[in-house]
Amino acid sequence: MFIYYVRLALLSYRRNPILSSLMVLAVAIGIGAYMVIFTLNYFMGGDPIPHKSSQLYHIQLDYGNPAFPDFDPPPQLTYIDTMALLDLTTDYPRTATSKFVGVVEPENQEIRPFSVSGRGNFSDFFTMFDIPFQYGSGWDRSADEGRQQVIVLSQELNEQLFGGADSVGETVHLHGYNFTVVGVLDNWTPVPKFYDVNNGPFDPIEEAYIPWHLIVSLRLDRAGNTNCWQAPEGDGFQAFLNAECAWIQFWVELQDRNAYEDYLNFINSYAAEQKSFGRLQQPVDKRLFDVNEWMIEQEVLPDETRILSALAAMLLAVCLLNTVGLLLSKFLGKAPEIGVRQALGAHKGSLFIQHVIEAGFIGALGGVLGLGVAALGLEGIKILMGDMIVSDWMHLNLTVVLVTIALAIVSTVIAGLYPIWRACNINPAIHLKLQ
Amino acid sequence: MEFGPILRALLRNKLGIILIAVQIAFTMTVIVNAIYIINQRGELMSRPSGTDENNLFYIRSIGFGQNFNEETTVADDLARLRQTPGIVDATVINTVPVSNSGSSSAFLLEPGELASSVPSAIYYADHRSLNTMGLELVAGVDFTEADVLIRESSSNANADTVIITQALAEQLFPEGAQAAIGQVVYTPSDQAVRIIGVVRQLQAPWPLWEDIENSAIFPEIVIDGASLYLIRTEPGEQDRLMPMVEEMLGASNEQRILRQLRTMADTREESYRIDSVMTRILSIVIATLIFITAMGIVGLAVFSINRRRKQIGTRRALGATQGSILRHFLVENAIISGFGVLGGAVLTIAFNMFLVQTFNMPRIDWYYIPAGMLALLLVGQLAVVGPSRAASRITPALATRSV
Repeated sequence: MFIYYVRLALLSYRRNPILSSLMVLAVAIGIGAYMVIFTLNYFMGGDPIPHKSSQLYHIQLDYGNPAFPDFDPPPQLTYIDTMALLDLTTDYPRTATSKFVGVVEPENQEIRPFSVSGRGNFSDFFTMFDIPFQYGSGWDRSADEGRQQVIVLSQELNEQLFGGADSVGETVHLHGYNFTVVGVLDNWTPVPKFYDVNNGPFDPIEEAYIPWHLIVSLRLDRAGNTNCWQAPEGDGFQAFLNAECAWIQFWVELQDRNAYEDYLNFINSYAAEQKSFGRLQQPVDKRLFDVNEWMIEQEVLPDETRILSALAAMLLAVCLLNTVGLLLSKFLGKAPEIGVRQALGAHKGSLFIQHVIEAGFIGALGGVLGLGVAALGLEGIKILMGDMIVSDWMHLNLTVVLVTIALAIVSTVIAGLYPIWRACNINPAIHLKLQ
Repeated sequence: MEFGPILRALLRNKLGIILIAVQIAFTMTVIVNAIYIINQRGELMSRPSGTDENNLFYIRSIGFGQNFNEETTVADDLARLRQTPGIVDATVINTVPVSNSGSSSAFLLEPGELASSVPSAIYYADHRSLNTMGLELVAGVDFTEADVLIRESSSNANADTVIITQALAEQLFPEGAQAAIGQVVYTPSDQAVRIIGVVRQLQAPWPLWEDIENSAIFPEIVIDGASLYLIRTEPGEQDRLMPMVEEMLGASNEQRILRQLRTMADTREESYRIDSVMTRILSIVIATLIFITAMGIVGLAVFSINRRRKQIGTRRALGATQGSILRHFLVENAIISGFGVLGGAVLTIAFNMFLVQTFNMPRIDWYYIPAGMLALLLVGQLAVVGPSRAASRITPALATRSV
């Protein structure tokens, strides 16, 4: 029966090819455009680390100066607080992290020295964020404390320096010091780059990772946001470190409710204690943010995608209204045929199914074509955005493909319900008389 | 005119009218708001930075190795650059205007008076920065070589003179630029600085910053391992000079790497890329929507005409002219579209209020609404002209046939 109805649908398509194609096109464009925006939102606003996002917490403290009007608390920590929290947070996996830039001088004299973007972090960073390794692994906590000159390379940098070979144990000459390679990352593109959203949430990952303490002890060139709300007292690097300047991100992993409560108490009492010393005078609403809360707090999803979401929803609405209108006309135009079928004994039920299938058929065609529209749209956005953001992730995945086709069929059938109902309630006698 | 019969005929197919009207309302909402966003982004993108952008490029030099002396390298590089024919001037600066990355601070009228502080972008550059960027001095004097302070990045002692933009001067001293000259203002760390000059315009590096016109230049060269040279060329010389400069600097000192050889025009393009991408996407959306809606109107018109062929034939047989049939369908469409654009006006304003509240965008100008209504009425009429003309050519003889 199903096949028969599909054949009827095909016949009906052929009877009004232009009108039917118009419907398919409308569905395709509406669904395609919506899918482009859905894909952008799905990744850019999605959960970058779903299995752990509610266990990883970013810390924010009560920074700012009440005398400064409209001062948003900076999303990072000062050196003083970072050092205190590192000492007091040894029970839980935790990492302070910040960016640097450095010059790498390759052993191979044929390669000119070049500058790399780097990150200082703690050993727990790699395990907390489930970072995949191609060779070797991260370092351990003793390397953090011992300020050992070890380095983890990104896949790209390893390719550039060692031709992609297993380089564990090799030496990298960075910022005038020798670092021993302990690991090479596998391909890893977190979207958004959740562990550091305040320095470009869609930037590529860093190329080199070293124990965080070395940024200070080897005086590497810090990079990324630095936000001060009180001038350093005195001159020099130490004065900067002691100042109310936030430039370090701090993450802690709290695996269950108890750990969370425990840590929340700890951080609240830390803040209260510091406040009694005359620091942390600008209260914040919340001190611990899990990954998703942090993405929202930091407004990672650009306004543009949110505006486009609303517009795409309206575009889809227009396309579906269009389809309803055209389906209505088409089904009403078929009144004589429906009259004949009813007179020959077709149930309302089977007429209903026939027309649901006809509407679904248009929807399915529209959905498949919509996938093409969506793929084209994403490709277009990729070209327009150029190298401004990492866009490897910008493609249709299976979820999106399935959602597209399902959405197309379901919305066309829903859009077609009224026309179908009208079509099934045609009085056969009138149309038979005319034949 | 036969308004009544048209309306009564229309009311026989209420849902059809509602569908088209709602479709037109949504189309209008999207199109009008999209055009408004496009115009707004266009305005953002067309603001001048105050610099001679078309003739500026820059290059970054990063020293390495123990023998690298940044101070002598900078002096040597600048001397070389300024001697090069085709180069108007060059300066060493902490960041490039419109580049989205830079440093900001604030100025205070009295030490410690944070509540009255005026935010400003901070540029650190040497005494040739005004001529290099092509800034126009409206009051006071330019820096001299004696003003320039060379300092380590970890030192926060500023130079004691500053040149600020007119917008910043007016915020600090409402009497205007001239009144600001010679005044002493304070940094947040209570250091006194004297305003020696005011320039007409120099934008802060962040296009979206609300205080974008507030900038200040300190005559300082910051020694921090990396030096950024901003270079102004004679018109048309940029393409020739860029590779030459890179080669010249590279050859003069091996203890460094050169990066980011870029033009200011490219930097602007990148800083505003999201806006231009948005503009293009919205243009495509507008074109698509107009097409879909117009096609929908055509489709429905064709259908409704086909269903009424007999009635049309009868009217023709009873003496209606081709013109009156044509008019019938044009008026019919105008009525439907009229409802649509009325709803569209309400929906457009509602959606704009949502944009204003959620994204802090300025409110839409009133004239967008009537313009949008007119445009959509016109689209409707154009879409229905074809089918209506076909309808007007139906022969009266049709009335006598049964099918």
